[in-house]
Amino acid sequence: MSGKRVVVDVMLKPEIADPQGQAVADALPRLGFSGITGVRQGKRFEIVLDGPVDDAVLDMVRKAAETLLANPVIEDFTVRLEED
Amino acid sequence: MVRVGVVTFPGSLDDRDALRAVRIVGAEPVALWHGDAELHDVDAIVLPGGFSYGDYLRCGAIARFSPVMGEVIAAAKSGMPVLGICNGFQILCESHLLPGALTRNGGLRFTCVDQGLRILDTSTAWTSAYSTNQEVVIPVKNGEGQYVGDAQRLYADGHVVASYLGRNPNGSVGDIAGIRNAKGNVVGLMPHPEHAVDALTGPSTDGLGFFTSVLSSLVGA
Repeated sequence: MSGKRVVVDVMLKPEIADPQGQAVADALPRLGFSGITGVRQGKRFEIVLDGPVDDAVLDMVRKAAETLLANPVIEDFTVRLEED
Repeated sequence: MVRVGVVTFPGSLDDRDALRAVRIVGAEPVALWHGDAELHDVDAIVLPGGFSYGDYLRCGAIARFSPVMGEVIAAAKSGMPVLGICNGFQILCESHLLPGALTRNGGLRFTCVDQGLRILDTSTAWTSAYSTNQEVVIPVKNGEGQYVGDAQRLYADGHVVASYLGRNPNGSVGDIAGIRNAKGNVVGLMPHPEHAVDALTGPSTDGLGFFTSVLSSLVGA
């Protein structure tokens, strides 16, 4: 595996209300963007790593996401390698 | 003299009011510092309101890993009374000392009102001075105070300490304003009792009970 950047996306769990996303969803039709039935707002973390990214590194990032980047009580996250 | 510590994090706002409330009820206020992994022999701890670490990432998420919090968490687990107010409540949830989480207010607006509350549980170290179902008025002010959690279970277990009366200011599930852990030594509260300890500056003195409660629980112990 090559590449030095791991992306962590954090989203509120589907059952948790997202008033920010709702406000965006409400604003879009007023600006003429039609056909949008919902917006959920989340966070994206770009983790820059020193050296090759192997499974052990991905596991470490997953652990970091679980510990700090996301609150598993209310949020889900995904971890993926972004190739250069 | 009973020593009650109040932790100051970068961005704490209500630490001075909490220290003052401790002094008014006759305990010794002790200022604790986020970067100092030392509780200075306090008998109880208040995590005050504010915007610790600028609310970066999530409210309370960074504060939870500050040096002093390792000591606070260990003390809480061994039974020391800990009260988290507003941002302090958020920190207690992030620390997993209390269940659930606090998210952005349902109405998106920052809310700041003199709020009616019903005290539901008077068995905790922080609420014994109240009578069950007593109605009080205490300011609530938050942008991310919507409690999310298993309200049904919290009510069934008797772990809801206070609920909102009348208007729910932030969309909290089950009108929950405050909860406790199973032992009753850790309490999290969105409203600010430290702002209701003096008729000159608050809407009431109804908040004093939280501080007199902990004092009597420690003197009685």
